[in-house]
Amino acid sequence: MFKKDINPAKKTKVKSSAQRALRSKLCDSYPLLAPYIDEIIPKKSQLDVMKLPDFATLYSLESHPLFVEIEKKGADDIFLPHLKLVHAFPHCFKRVQIDRGAIRFVLSGAALMAPGLTSPGGRLPPAEEALKPGEVVAVGAEGKDEICLIGILKMGTEEMKEKKKGVVMDEGHYLGDGLWKLSVE
Amino acid sequence: MADAANGEGAPVEPQARKVVYCGVCSLPPEYCEFGGTVKKCKEWLEDAHPDLFERLYSESSVEASLSTLSLDAQKRAERDAQKKAARAEASEAREQEKKAAAKVYIKRIERNKRKYVTAVIGLEAHGLELKKVAKDFGKKFATGSSVTKTASGTDEIVLQGDLSDEVYDFITETYKGVPEDNLECIEDKKKKSG
Ligand SMILES: [Zn+2]
Repeated sequence: MFKKDINPAKKTKVKSSAQRALRSKLCDSYPLLAPYIDEIIPKKSQLDVMKLPDFATLYSLESHPLFVEIEKKGADDIFLPHLKLVHAFPHCFKRVQIDRGAIRFVLSGAALMAPGLTSPGGRLPPAEEALKPGEVVAVGAEGKDEICLIGILKMGTEEMKEKKKGVVMDEGHYLGDGLWKLSVE
Repeated sequence: MADAANGEGAPVEPQARKVVYCGVCSLPPEYCEFGGTVKKCKEWLEDAHPDLFERLYSESSVEASLSTLSLDAQKRAERDAQKKAARAEASEAREQEKKAAAKVYIKRIERNKRKYVTAVIGLEAHGLELKKVAKDFGKKFATGSSVTKTASGTDEIVLQGDLSDEVYDFITETYKGVPEDNLECIEDKKKKSG
């Protein structure tokens, strides 16, 4: 989704009422993030917003990118955290894991494919914690500590286990992509 | 003081994890191997975070990470990495060449009778930020110094006064990235458009 480099646009200030609404929407989307919301967006802070291509907007605090709001036609907007925020609070996000072989494909912007998750090096949640299409999921990698991709699932985790093939995620933000490289200074 | 009294509780320690990012390729160092600048990344890490370097690049950890891949996949990954590295090196070489060739002109321009301004052209090709440099000039020479757009759409720094020699010396002393051979002082006589 952010494969191409992004030219920085002008930043504008978020109104305090909009900022409050944003805080609560974030907490709704990521309940595990709620305990840290005062640290991520302090009450008296001033968020900035920057328009990105493809109906996306980036929210940042000072020089820290925080998350992207993605407009979805006919559905609620999706809040996709920036990977730096994910790295700061990794346990606040649902997680799957790809095998080592899939890393270089993910980092070159390819769509995430099921075999990368169902192979021995991959990891999917048990059936009772299954993830559904449309959910935002952080993707870790075999042998690595940090998350390398976060995006919107296209296929549920149970379906992946069953089919073992197909595109699993083609909307996401990965290490080294245009969003990662974008400076909000 | 007031914090404890108003029921909000004592200030909490920041909970965010601090993650080290590579000073060369910007990724977490464990992912450097997938970029094209591994060699440089490793040098940086060894210098900046020796402990992390040891953890990532000691022989045993490299072997452990490779063993889960099939031989075939290992070979492919290796070839891929080599290609990437070659590409990154080539683009860096091009960049270097460009820099080595980029001239910087210090131009004395006559404005009125015996009134001069000094224009400095081409510093941006050596990775300098013109606004910052213009500020440095202004401070150093206590004169008006600003970034101006030329007719051709490029930016140049314009200083009030005839300061060619002083600017020449200042650049060679301060901005080591600009080779002295690339610096040239030129003169622009009245109404000679360029
Ligand atoms: Zn690196």
